[in-house]
Amino acid sequence: MRMTTSDNALALAAAGGDRDAFGALLSRHYDRLFGFAWRMTGDQTEAEDLTQDICLALPRKLGGFRGDAQFTTWLYRVAMNAAHDRRRRAATRTRAADGWGDWEQNRQAANAETADALDWLTQAMQTLKPDLRDTATLILGEDVTQAEAAQIMGVSEGTIAWRMSEVKKALRAQRASEEAQ
Amino acid sequence: MTDKDDLNDLKAALRSGPPTPARKPAHLDAAMQAFDNFHDQPQGSPATARPTSDRSKGTGFWNGVGTMLTAMTSRAALATTSALVTAGLAVVLIVPMDGAFGPRDLAVAPKVAQAEQVDAEIVMIDEPMIESPVIVEEMAMDDAMVTERSEADAAAPQMHVSTGVSVTGYVERGIIGGNGVETEFHQDIDIIFDGAPQPSISAKRSTNGAGSVGLLSSEAPGVRTLPPIAYRIIERRPASSVDTETFANAEENPVTIVAETPVSTFSTDVDTASYSVVRQSLMSGHLPPRDAVRVEEMVNYFPYAYPAPDDSGAPFLPTVTVTGTPWNDGTQLVHIGLQGELPELAERPPLNLVFLIDTSGSMQNANKLPLLKQSFRMMLNELRPEDQVAIVTYAGRSGLALAPTSASDRATIINTLDRLHAGGPTGGQAGLNQAYAVAESMAQDGEVSRILLATDGDFNVGQFTPEALKSYIADKRDTGTYLSVLGFGRGNLDDATMQALAQNGNGQAAYIDTLSEARKVLVDQLTGALFPIAGDVKVQVEFNPAQIAEYRLIGYETRALRREDFNNDKVDAGDIGAGHRVTALYEVTPVGSDAVLNDPLRYQTESVENVSDEYGYLRLRWKEPGSGTSQLIETPITADMGAATTETRFATAIAGFGQLLRGSGYLGDWGYTDAIDLANTGRGEDAFGYRAEAIQLMRLAESLSQ
Repeated sequence: MRMTTSDNALALAAAGGDRDAFGALLSRHYDRLFGFAWRMTGDQTEAEDLTQDICLALPRKLGGFRGDAQFTTWLYRVAMNAAHDRRRRAATRTRAADGWGDWEQNRQAANAETADALDWLTQAMQTLKPDLRDTATLILGEDVTQAEAAQIMGVSEGTIAWRMSEVKKALRAQRASEEAQ
Repeated sequence: MTDKDDLNDLKAALRSGPPTPARKPAHLDAAMQAFDNFHDQPQGSPATARPTSDRSKGTGFWNGVGTMLTAMTSRAALATTSALVTAGLAVVLIVPMDGAFGPRDLAVAPKVAQAEQVDAEIVMIDEPMIESPVIVEEMAMDDAMVTERSEADAAAPQMHVSTGVSVTGYVERGIIGGNGVETEFHQDIDIIFDGAPQPSISAKRSTNGAGSVGLLSSEAPGVRTLPPIAYRIIERRPASSVDTETFANAEENPVTIVAETPVSTFSTDVDTASYSVVRQSLMSGHLPPRDAVRVEEMVNYFPYAYPAPDDSGAPFLPTVTVTGTPWNDGTQLVHIGLQGELPELAERPPLNLVFLIDTSGSMQNANKLPLLKQSFRMMLNELRPEDQVAIVTYAGRSGLALAPTSASDRATIINTLDRLHAGGPTGGQAGLNQAYAVAESMAQDGEVSRILLATDGDFNVGQFTPEALKSYIADKRDTGTYLSVLGFGRGNLDDATMQALAQNGNGQAAYIDTLSEARKVLVDQLTGALFPIAGDVKVQVEFNPAQIAEYRLIGYETRALRREDFNNDKVDAGDIGAGHRVTALYEVTPVGSDAVLNDPLRYQTESVENVSDEYGYLRLRWKEPGSGTSQLIETPITADMGAATTETRFATAIAGFGQLLRGSGYLGDWGYTDAIDLANTGRGEDAFGYRAEAIQLMRLAESLSQ
C-alpha cells in the first residue's frame, strides 16, 4: 500500500512528523539519490559522503517542501544544492574541486572494459564546464525533462536547451580530438 | 557518428556508471536518527521553540529576545532598555545552537561583533523553489516588562501584559565567524513593540547576500553602528517553521466490574475532528497515530436515522438497543442513541456569525486559507438576509476585516474573504477578544451568536497559556456566545487545543480537509452546529449487578465525568445542536457469561440480591440553552430492548474500526474484514455517501495494517 502512495503525500506526511512516511520515502529514493550523487561527483567515496549529507539534512529540508512541485524535482534541487555546497567546501582543499577530477582512482577499476568506459566518461565530463555537466547529468543521467531540469536548476527552459546544445558541441570537439590522435 | 550518438554515449556511460552504494543501511539509519532528532528531540532541553499545546508558539523565541535585551542592556554604550523600545536599532540576532538542534540561547551581535574577517568559506545557498512566506509570531510584552525581563530568568515565560510584540522574518542557519560551528541566527527580522511607529528592533540583510552584514542603526540618533560580522548561510527558513501535531486522548476505557463501580458517567461529544484526521492519514497511505483516534468521534461523524422526539417534552429522544457483540460471543452491546429535535428551518432564529480567521503565514497552503474561503463562500448561500456576518482576522493589524454585515450583502462579504491573505502582525488573543466583542455587539434577544474560529494549528500565539485561554473562553460561553473550531491543514494541527477550545466554548471541533468535508460541516449541518437545543448533556448509566458483571464504555475517554458531577449543574458538558445525534456504546458482560474477565473475590462473598431483570438504568441530564438548571430523563435498559438495525450495525462497525485503529485489546480475532462485512450490512440509505467512504477507509486500513 505504501508503495502506491504518492511521493508528495509521503513527503508532506514526513514533513508533518510521520516517521514511517519518511522511512518509506527515503528507501524509495535512496538509490536514485546515490546514483545522482555519483553522477555529480564521479567518485564513489565522494558520492557516499554527499548522499549522507543529503540524508541527514532531509528531515529538516522537508519542512520547506510545499507539495507544489513534484517531490523528485524538489529532491534533485536539494541534492544539487548539497552537491554544490560540497564542491565549494572542497574548493579549499586540494582535492578535485568540482567532481570528476579524481580520475586516477577511477582508472583502477577492476574491469578493464569498465575502466575504459569510465575513462571516456571521466574525460567527457571533465571537458564540460560545471553548468553544462550538471545539466547533462540531469537530462542524460537522470532522464528528467528539460522543463524539470529548468525548475531544478532555477533557470529557464531555453537555458537548458542551450546548455544541451553546448554539451553536444563539446562532445563533438572531444571526439574530433580523439580521432585526430 | 552524429551529435545524437555523442549524447547517447554519454547517457549510456552515465547510466551504467554508478557503483553499488556501500553505506546505504548506515545512511538510512542516520537519516531516521536525524528525523527523530528533528521531530522528537527526545532528550535535552525543551528550549527549541516547538509549539505544543502547553507552550505558546513564540515562547522560545521570546525568551531569546529577553536574553538579547539583557545582553544589550549590559553594554553601557547602548541606550537604556526602555529607550531601546522606542529607539529602533538594527541588529543581527545570533542564536547559538547546541549541536544542530539542541537548546538555543539567544545572544546578541555584540558578543561576536569582533569576529574574524570573512572566512574563506562563504557559501550562500538560495532555494528559489521553496518560497516561504514571512511567518508572524505574536508575543505580548510591555515597557515595564522589558526591564523586568532583563533580570528575570529568560526560561520562565511571563505572561501578564497587555500590549503586544510581534516578530517577522526568517531564521538562518549557518556559520558565524571562523569557528565552524553551525548556529541559528536571524537577519532580516523585525521586532515590533505595540505602539512603536516602526520596527523597534530590526535586522536587515545589508549586503549582497553572502559576506558580512552590517549592524545598521536606524534613524534614531545616538545609537551607534556596530562592526560587521562574517557569516555564511547554510539554510534559510521562515521564523518558527517547526511542525508538530498533538492529539488529545487517554488510555482506552478498561473493563469495569459492576459490583465495584456500578455507575458510568460521561459527557456527550458531537465533535467529528478525529474521523477526518483518520481519513486524511489513511488517504495519504499510513495508519493514523493511535492517539488521533477517538472512537466516539468516529461513530458520531455519521448521521443515523434514530427516531426523532415528538413535540412534547425534551428536545431529544434516547433510543436504547441491546444486541450481540460482533467481536465477543459472551458479551452484549448496549447502544444508546440520542436524536436531537430536527430543526424547523423556517423558524430558526437569526444567526450572528463571527468568522475568526487565522491568517498567519502558514495558512497560505491550498488546503488552508483557500479551502477556508471556499468553505465559507459555500456556507453563505445557506444564510438568510436577517443573519449577520462579521470577519475578524487574527494575524492582521486591524483585526476587524468586516464589520457586521447582513448576509444578503454577499458581494461585500465575498470581497472581504477574497482579500484575506496570509501575513501581518497582531495577537491571537487580541483577535479572540475582538471576535467576542463583535459578537456581543451583534447579539439581540432571541438571536444566536457564534464565533467560528478557523485555524491550522496552535491558536495560543498570544499571551495565553492553553489553560488561561480555556477559562477565558469558558467565561465568554456564559455570556451566550458560542465558539466552534475548524481545523485546516495538517502539520502543526494542535488537536488537543482545538478540542479544549470547542469543549469549553460549547461548540464543535471539526477538521476540514476537503471541500466535501466543508460542505458536511458547514452547510449540511449548518443548523445542527449552530443552534444549540440542549446544553450540558450528561449521560449516566447505572448497571444492575444482578444482571451485568462487567461493562466497558467504548470511546469517550476524554469525556469522562465523575459520578457526582452528573447532578452538579456547574459542571460543563457537551451540547447537542438541532438535528445532532449522539451515539454511545457499552460492551456489557452478563452475569454468568464465559466472557467475564474478572474472577469473583474470595473474601467478599455477599451475593447480590436480584431485585430487577433490568440491565441498567439510563439517566440523561440536560439544560435548556441559556438555562442554569438541568432536567432529567430516565429510562431503564432491559435485555429485550430493540433489535439490530442498519443504524446500530453501522455504528458498531465504526466503533470496531476505531478500536482496531487504536490497537484495542478487547477485539480478539475480529479484524478489518469483519468490520467491512458488518459495515456493509449497515449501509442503509447513505444519501451522502459517508458510509461508503468509511468502508473504503476500512479497506485502506486493512491493506496498510498488513
